[in-house]
Amino acid sequence: MPVTHESVIPLLAVLAPLAAIPLILLSSRRPNLREFWTLAAAFTACGLVLSLLPGVLAGRTVAYDILTISPGIALSLRVDPTGLFFAIICSSLWILTSFYSIGYVRGAGEKKQTRYFASFALCIGATLGIALSANLLSFVIFYEMLSLGTYPLVIHKETRESYRSGRMYLTYALSAGLLLIVATAWTWTLAHNLDFRPGGFLGGVLADEGAARALFLLFIAGVGVKAGLMPLHSWLPAAMVAPTPVSALLHAVAVVKSGVFGVIRVAGFVFGPATMQAFGLDTILAAVAAVTIILASVIALRQDNLKKRLAFSTIGHLSYIVLGVALLSPEGFMGGLLHLANHATTKIALFFCAGAIYVNLHKTEISELDGIGKVMPWTMAAFTVGVLGLSGVPPINAFVSKFYLCKGAVSSGQLVFLAVFLASGLLNMAYFFPILHRAFFRPGGAGLHGHGEASPLMVVPIVIVAVLSLVLGLYPNALVHFFDLARGISQSVMAGAAAPLAGLAP
Amino acid sequence: MLEIIKGYYAYFFLVAVFCIGLFGMMVKRNLMKKVMGMSMVQSAVILFWIVSAFKEGATVTVLDPTREVENADLYLNPLPHTLMLTAIVVAVVTLGVSFALLIVIYRRYRTLEEPLLLEKMQ
Amino acid sequence: MMTSHIPLLIPASFLLAALLIPLAALLWRRLSWLLAVATTGLCFFYAVKGLVHVTTVGRLHYHLAGWQPPFGIEFVLDPLSAFFSVFVTGVALLALIHAGRVVAHEVSGVDMGFYSLAMLLLAGLSGMVVTGDLFNLYVFLEISALASYALIARGDPRAPLSAFRYLTLGTTGAAFYLLGLAFVYMSVGSLNLADVSQLLPDVGDTRPVLLGLSLMVLGIGLKMALFPLHAWLADAYTHASSAATALIAPIGTKVAAYVLLRLMFFLVDPQYLRDQTPLPAIVGCLGAAGMLWGSIMAMCQKELKRMLAYSSVAQVGYIALGIGLASPLGFIGATLHALNHACMKACLFLVTGNFRVRLGHSTLPRLVDDLRRTMPWSAAAFTAAAISMVGLPPLAGFFSKWYLVLGSIQQSNWVFVAVLVASSLLNAVYFFRVLERLYLTPLAPPGDTDVATAAATREAPASMLAPTLVLACALLVLGIFNAWIVSTFINPMIPSRLGW
Repeated sequence: MPVTHESVIPLLAVLAPLAAIPLILLSSRRPNLREFWTLAAAFTACGLVLSLLPGVLAGRTVAYDILTISPGIALSLRVDPTGLFFAIICSSLWILTSFYSIGYVRGAGEKKQTRYFASFALCIGATLGIALSANLLSFVIFYEMLSLGTYPLVIHKETRESYRSGRMYLTYALSAGLLLIVATAWTWTLAHNLDFRPGGFLGGVLADEGAARALFLLFIAGVGVKAGLMPLHSWLPAAMVAPTPVSALLHAVAVVKSGVFGVIRVAGFVFGPATMQAFGLDTILAAVAAVTIILASVIALRQDNLKKRLAFSTIGHLSYIVLGVALLSPEGFMGGLLHLANHATTKIALFFCAGAIYVNLHKTEISELDGIGKVMPWTMAAFTVGVLGLSGVPPINAFVSKFYLCKGAVSSGQLVFLAVFLASGLLNMAYFFPILHRAFFRPGGAGLHGHGEASPLMVVPIVIVAVLSLVLGLYPNALVHFFDLARGISQSVMAGAAAPLAGLAP
Repeated sequence: MLEIIKGYYAYFFLVAVFCIGLFGMMVKRNLMKKVMGMSMVQSAVILFWIVSAFKEGATVTVLDPTREVENADLYLNPLPHTLMLTAIVVAVVTLGVSFALLIVIYRRYRTLEEPLLLEKMQ
Repeated sequence: MMTSHIPLLIPASFLLAALLIPLAALLWRRLSWLLAVATTGLCFFYAVKGLVHVTTVGRLHYHLAGWQPPFGIEFVLDPLSAFFSVFVTGVALLALIHAGRVVAHEVSGVDMGFYSLAMLLLAGLSGMVVTGDLFNLYVFLEISALASYALIARGDPRAPLSAFRYLTLGTTGAAFYLLGLAFVYMSVGSLNLADVSQLLPDVGDTRPVLLGLSLMVLGIGLKMALFPLHAWLADAYTHASSAATALIAPIGTKVAAYVLLRLMFFLVDPQYLRDQTPLPAIVGCLGAAGMLWGSIMAMCQKELKRMLAYSSVAQVGYIALGIGLASPLGFIGATLHALNHACMKACLFLVTGNFRVRLGHSTLPRLVDDLRRTMPWSAAAFTAAAISMVGLPPLAGFFSKWYLVLGSIQQSNWVFVAVLVASSLLNAVYFFRVLERLYLTPLAPPGDTDVATAAATREAPASMLAPTLVLACALLVLGIFNAWIVSTFINPMIPSRLGW
């Protein structure tokens, strides 16, 4: 058993963004001070999360019980490799998104900026809570907080369309939350344990197949809404009415990845590979994911609005991760985890570019994007990097994760899913490359004269994220040891025990 | 069958009164008739308790020189009687409050028929 | 005062205050409000002291006039009644502090009458909670009922008719209770609660006892606004003055729920009741139906008070569902939800009072556009209470629903689970509609023509705002510390016959 230390750092990491909320609300009349609080909270949270990395790599687990929230269940945080993996992605990308947000919101002259930044802080705090939750009930509590915090961001523009999207989002999210609560209650009734355990803990208590399938479906419906599994995905394209930084961070990183993270926790840490295979649950999950991948890619082909096309692309790529988990093979699991990180960086680059194009040139439809490559070279270069990565072209990082996913499909003997991955790669190219073609190889319209690159506050984060994708593609283990973490997690889940992370960095 | 009726006829009668009162309260449209129904319901319940105190051959709980004091079976059960004194007071007070409300309603709307009242209040 | 007198002191202080207030008002008008608040504060202090004593040392019995039970009437503070006394007096205290301005605004000229009746109401309610005698319960029930009929009768022009309707239905409910009690008394021969619960198992399965119990439950269900006996509630709460509603709505139905808990868990063996009779199942199903019906009706309302009234019907359904489960988790869920709902509903009605005092109305489409800027704290309190009602963590409402879901799953009652989920979603619909109206700029102009201008609106006065905010913060505290509340106060309450 790994040694568990008690440390208040996880709690501080979750509280840092939450503590910024009243500060942001109080400094609404002084924008620079308000932005300072946001950035301070971002750097603090990221710093605290990164400080936990060496310990986790060395095999130590850090935990903190906040309080007993229900007899026998505690609201507690636990830093295990999976949680830290997600927390690092989230907190580091928040820093970049904060800079980008400031540039976007000021450039587009958005109103209600205080509500925007305060809600953002709440969402990040809730996401860190989700990442570091030790048991299902803590997970559910932070999950619901995230749903609530995202709502003001979706309806930010306060148009009829955004209200409708907001209501749709809330309906989906709250319904899913309720199903998740029922599933959690059922799990507690069966197993009297809600703590996540690598390899699952429902193994001995599920008697019959019907109950196992029903419980699994409840869980998947609960987390599947945020994870964009079809047919629960409709809120995601509708939520694209939100400002682009919201779409970028929340709907490409925090909210949807929380959903997929939930799938990982449910499949790997509540049910476990053995139980899933015994009751045929992996087939259900894999089927749903595969259908989502193909359908989403096909629908993306038909979207003219840039953000909607990116939204459907996101839905497809989220199901890559879910399919990787459902394959129940070590490489597949690893590939899924890596794709969690890699898709985040590449997709966020694409969304950032879309936002820069909107703020700079006020263009939202793909058909209007002729010739902008010459006007906004840095932006479109980063866009190219992202597109290549998501299509599975080396040496961008998304290729690495795709490689492992395909390897997982082969090693689990289900070659149909290999076909799905490859077909999806082709579809990705089919819906992304025309954008590049328009941008670089078509002459621009008259409206492009006199425009230059977008403001540095936006372009610098874009370039940073693109470079990050490239670096992580060349050296998957660079900086934060994502590769090692992913491999360790995959091994511990497949082994079905809380084995110490073997073979990690010194 | 006859035994049951002979032994419990009072209860059947009182339940009938209760039901008539309830019916009046629900169906009648004049507010005063509803109050009458309510009063019947309360009276039925009070009498029900009192009947439950009855014993064959017993007399009221006032000292009777012709009977022994020690044998409790010769006197009725006094407890329901005392309890129902309270209940009667409560019933009367409730009637008083309901009449006060009826007066206020009548002063404002000049009618005590419920359909007319609902019309006037729109 | 000696702690052993506390069970008597709480109702007696209220009664004394009810008599003193008319005299005090002769001296100085304001004194009636001050005396009411002071008395309620004193009784809250007694109740807390009693709860501490019961939790640490043991029960408190007070034998009226020295007569021993089962011949005399006794007042008992055991874990359940102490718990209910605390939050009944606490919520009443906050509602009365709030009522100071509202009464002056809405029903001016009858302050003395209002506060005196409020004291009578609280005397009746607290008496119902502490009494250990079933007939004494009826007496206090009628005291509180009469006071509430009179309190509700002052309000907008439709109030007297609503009060009359409440009167007829309430009296019928009490009559059912009394009739049921007659059957039980005739079978057992005693009226003391503890005594009857010991004697009942011998005669438990005879028809008069079951009939009597059912009638008692029916009567109390009517007082509790259990579906379909809830018809009086919507009109009564809507047309009464805001102060009366804020006082009666949070605690009136909860005390009736307390009586139902006593009847179905302590008077009779709950396991016998669950296995041999359909009574808990019926109560549970009626509760479930009420949850759905109340939520659906609430969705159709445009006026805030009426919407909250129907919402109360739904929330009482939750408590009835918990009682109907007849299991420890159901008991915990029902009791915790009584506490949570009292605080949430009180907060919501207090905010409605704030709106009424400042805007003159609380109709949703006619609310001022930038209410979130002119009355930010009231709006924030409403948001907190609304989120809690919907059942989102970490606020209080989530946890009582959690226990109810746990209890339902434990009994494999999937219908109840589905109803809990559906009603939470319906709650979300109508509460988020209000939040949208509060915080977001509407797109189309509202239907009614006269919208109050923003210039006239300020935040509510401090004496009204302070109780609102206290309750809103209490929701967060109750949510976070719910496990402590359950383990310290509620677990000792669970009757040992229920078994874990």
